[in-house]
Amino acid sequence: MNTDNAEGRTELYQEVILEHNRKPRNFKKLENPTHFAEGYNPICGDHVLVYLKVDDQNTIEDISFEGSGCAISKASSSMMTTALKGKSLPQATMLFDQFHKLVKGELKPDRDPHSLGSLGIFSGIWQYPSRIKCAILGWHAVKGALDKVQTVSTE
Amino acid sequence: MRATAALSLPVTEIRKDFPNLQAEIRGKPLAYLDNAATTFKPTSVLAAMDDYYQKTCSNVHRGVHFLTEEATAQFEASREKVKNFLNARAPEEIIFTRGATDSINTVVQSYGRKFLKPGDEIIISHMEHHSNIVPWQMLCEEKGCVLRVIPINDQGEILYEEFEKLLNPKTRFVSVVYVSNSLGTINPVKRIIEAAHRLKASVLIDAAQAVNHLKVDVQELDCDFLVFSGHKLYGPTGIGVLYGKRELLENMPPAQGGGDMISAVTFEKTTYNALPYKFEAGTPPIAQVIGLGAAVDYVQGIGLERIAEYEKELLDYGTKALSAISDLRMIGTASDKAAILSFVLPHVHAHDVGTLVDEEGIAIRTGHHCTMPLMQRFGVPATCRASLAFYNTPQELDRLVVAIGKAKEVFS
Repeated sequence: MNTDNAEGRTELYQEVILEHNRKPRNFKKLENPTHFAEGYNPICGDHVLVYLKVDDQNTIEDISFEGSGCAISKASSSMMTTALKGKSLPQATMLFDQFHKLVKGELKPDRDPHSLGSLGIFSGIWQYPSRIKCAILGWHAVKGALDKVQTVSTE
Repeated sequence: MRATAALSLPVTEIRKDFPNLQAEIRGKPLAYLDNAATTFKPTSVLAAMDDYYQKTCSNVHRGVHFLTEEATAQFEASREKVKNFLNARAPEEIIFTRGATDSINTVVQSYGRKFLKPGDEIIISHMEHHSNIVPWQMLCEEKGCVLRVIPINDQGEILYEEFEKLLNPKTRFVSVVYVSNSLGTINPVKRIIEAAHRLKASVLIDAAQAVNHLKVDVQELDCDFLVFSGHKLYGPTGIGVLYGKRELLENMPPAQGGGDMISAVTFEKTTYNALPYKFEAGTPPIAQVIGLGAAVDYVQGIGLERIAEYEKELLDYGTKALSAISDLRMIGTASDKAAILSFVLPHVHAHDVGTLVDEEGIAIRTGHHCTMPLMQRFGVPATCRASLAFYNTPQELDRLVVAIGKAKEVFS
């Protein structure tokens, strides 16, 4: 459930986000990853490392992340790992595109078809333009890892 | 100082001069605590610029008609005001640039490229803004010079003895910040200048965060160059100042070529104009120069001694109030400080604090403040920074403390 503040903006720090920030999922280094990348957001100083294990069928068998950052980047990366685990690479690309549109306010979860599930909680972040890069950082790192780009920046 | 005590400046009256301060943000009165990023502009500055555009608009130093002479007179009057403001010897020592960054780059491109040689050493400090690091690195790469860095202690103070150890006959240039934008530290620049001059090294002082907080006198400091930006001195953006000693500027080549900076041009040979025009190629930002003159008038109307005194009261009040928040760690606790309060909370990232206090109508800066090496020194990715001006009040600092408390609750 989205809650609105005095101005009618969707509250940024909803309980789900705070909870993922407190206890991030898959928050560890993965041994022998098939794919790896580092993401950096110079505005925040957020720094994320993502590790993936992709099997012969092009399925994301395992995914994890490490790093330091604001609550938005940490929660977003955490929720991303749970969303991507077990997905095929084409599915992951589709989710990346949908999430990208979501945080920019181009995809409205209650209007447009999507497969984002609980990631829809980030739908209000377009109202906080300086924070969009925080939410998308982990995703850009994953895309970089899959494209074999070792370092990505949201700057 | 108590929030209810009498203030040493008539702040209520002063605040009326700044239209921005009347704003409401997110339904709450704005508390603008981001003055190190840019300051608000008093109506006199806006009126001076408006007057130029509406009444005297024309180009300067060109032609003989009435308006160009009037605009030129106002333009050069601003230069005279800045000269007096810094206590320079002559208006020719005041060069208008786009800002402090542009001023530093002008010195690097002109003085640095002409006079510095492979193996020459350039000293900066660990608390420099990127604008006083990167241009020197670029020069070192081009010319084979060596960059040396003065270390700092945990309070954010320059280790002066370490600076003296860095000095050697190869030291040709020292470029240091007067007041740190991230920490508020006021550096002992006079001692640094004296020590550098003993080795005949030139010294540039980055005074971008100093001219608005304390009286700066270039003759007393005896610096060779000093730079600042208009927009951090209650003036417009897009205008900065490069002060340089005349004998140095005379021997330096222009950093840019174009109109206004020449006295004669043929296809075979160009003769450069005299100071300060040699360094002011092209049509200058005329309205901004006039606006800067008005800003200098405004600041001097209050008086920098009074500003410094009031801001010290605010700084002490804010330091005490913020330090009382459990877990809060102040970054930058130098004994000699300007009114800048940098801090971190152990469990809340600076950017989250910034967004949450913004919900209360409070503007602070969060991030690395263009001083990434300094953040690494303190082991933090970013800090929250409340930077104060003479129009801020203890009540605004009280609101900041309450808002930080709320942010902590969200993350508890």
